[in-house]
Amino acid sequence: MEYFQKEIEIISEKELKKIQIERLKKIFNFAKEKIPFYKKLYEKTGIKKIDSLSDLKNLPFTKKTDLRDNYPFKMFSCDLKEVLEIHASSGTTGKLTVVGYTRNDIEVWSEVMARSLACAGVRKGDIIQNAYGYGLFTGGLGVHYGALKLGVTVIPISAGGTQRQLMIIQDFKSTVLTCTPSYSLYMAEEAKEMGIDPRKTTIRVGILGAEPWTEGMRRQIEKEWDMIALDIYGLSEIIGPGVAVECEGKEGLHVWADHFLPEVIDPETGEVLEEGKEGELVLTTLTKEALPMIRYRTGDIVKITNSVCPNCKRTMPRISKIKGRIDDMLIIRGINVFPSQIETVLTKIPEVAPHYQIIVTREKHLDKLEVRVEITEKTFSDEIKKLEELQKKVEREISGVLGLSVSVKLVEPKSIERSMGKAKRVIDLRKELKEGG
Amino acid sequence: MSIKQLSIFLENRLGRLNEVISFLGKNNINIRALSLADKADYGILRLIVNNKNKAFKILKENKFSVSETEVIAVEVEDKPGGLAKILKYLVDEKISVEYIYAFVEKSNKKAVVVLRIEDIKKAEKILKKNKVKLLKESDIKKL
Repeated sequence: MEYFQKEIEIISEKELKKIQIERLKKIFNFAKEKIPFYKKLYEKTGIKKIDSLSDLKNLPFTKKTDLRDNYPFKMFSCDLKEVLEIHASSGTTGKLTVVGYTRNDIEVWSEVMARSLACAGVRKGDIIQNAYGYGLFTGGLGVHYGALKLGVTVIPISAGGTQRQLMIIQDFKSTVLTCTPSYSLYMAEEAKEMGIDPRKTTIRVGILGAEPWTEGMRRQIEKEWDMIALDIYGLSEIIGPGVAVECEGKEGLHVWADHFLPEVIDPETGEVLEEGKEGELVLTTLTKEALPMIRYRTGDIVKITNSVCPNCKRTMPRISKIKGRIDDMLIIRGINVFPSQIETVLTKIPEVAPHYQIIVTREKHLDKLEVRVEITEKTFSDEIKKLEELQKKVEREISGVLGLSVSVKLVEPKSIERSMGKAKRVIDLRKELKEGG
Repeated sequence: MSIKQLSIFLENRLGRLNEVISFLGKNNINIRALSLADKADYGILRLIVNNKNKAFKILKENKFSVSETEVIAVEVEDKPGGLAKILKYLVDEKISVEYIYAFVEKSNKKAVVVLRIEDIKKAEKILKKNKVKLLKESDIKKL
């Protein structure tokens, strides 16, 4: 097992806590002093100082809307001339969420990304084909900085241009693929269309993220590419990719907790949950300068464990793969549904492709859930009877997992739109109805 | 002796059927017989064409979901009771028919019936024994 910064990656719990509390005190005071938003927030709640890690739970949360309300730069702690790089992500509501980095922030980002790449098994001599988008999205440059820091070759190909991607994989002999999990599947599909066997390429590990994906999808991707597929987690509000990553043991994502302090809360009550309980991930940046985020609600549903990783022996806390986003969670007739639950079912049924779309409508005041599923070329049966059986089977299995009835619609192979970035899985027509009056 | 039918999965949306049919027309594929099994959300278009290999290849290349299915095509006298006689041979041997469609031949006033049967080998044996004429791929080309 190789580490990028061994001493810190296998630090003892006690030492880690020492670093965390020192940094927490500092960032709390810094934010309160430099950013009017935090000053107001903490004056309102009457919290003057932090003495221990357990004081953290008394601080109010911050949310994405806080960043939007302070658009574009009002959450920055410093003068814009100290900010060397600005990124932004577009939300569904249209207004951008803007984030900034000082020189030191870029340094920290490079460092945690270098740790992440090393943790995922990237070594000197590897060639990273970085198919995350470069631009305002943090994915592309995050991986890029990490690769430079670690000292491995990076091809800044960015997202899209699938045929060119495949040509470069073959000609440059790339060994590591970084992109969204859905794009990696799309790429494999395209490869086969072009007569290229993705299993025979030099790609040996995929570091995939920017959207939640299931174990079933991992098996599918690993089979398609004959590679190890590992999950990387991050969000621009915190730093970008590099907040947490899996090692080859796939025993959860290692959070770089000397920079990002994780908590898991009950999304309803806001109370901190004990280790192992599923809830919303809340992160506090311990070292960020331009844009410190204290108790930021990520909207991502995870479990956390503090035990030492049985595979790589890293000691920092590990989060489970993201089960879903609170925003993605659908409430259908009062039952919580995550798209990932449907994905898990589909990846277990070989006759259908793992590409799906969920359509929610409301008919006569009743929510209806339709799942569009692609049949595969190989399993397409000429007999209606068999197709009906397949449709029923998919319906039965999804209904069983969700605990509510769904209707499954079989659609033509490759008819569901493929995405180069984050896949759009859910179409909620109830909202449009509401907005339309 | 069985022949190959093309089966195409079609989503139920306006114009989809026409897309396939006009695509075949443009590529000089002549349809000898067709049937459409329709469900609420999708349909299966079954085709017997003059140039099966070419049709299969170009459909595939143009991303239609097409598969080949083995079917039996038999010649039936175009008069009342013609088909019944043939079906009886099968029923007597407990062979069930999955689906069936027919077309009338221009040249010799006979009907051609296409049958999809699970146990094709057995059906063929029985039909041959009863002197029913089974059509070959080459016969289809000549129709």
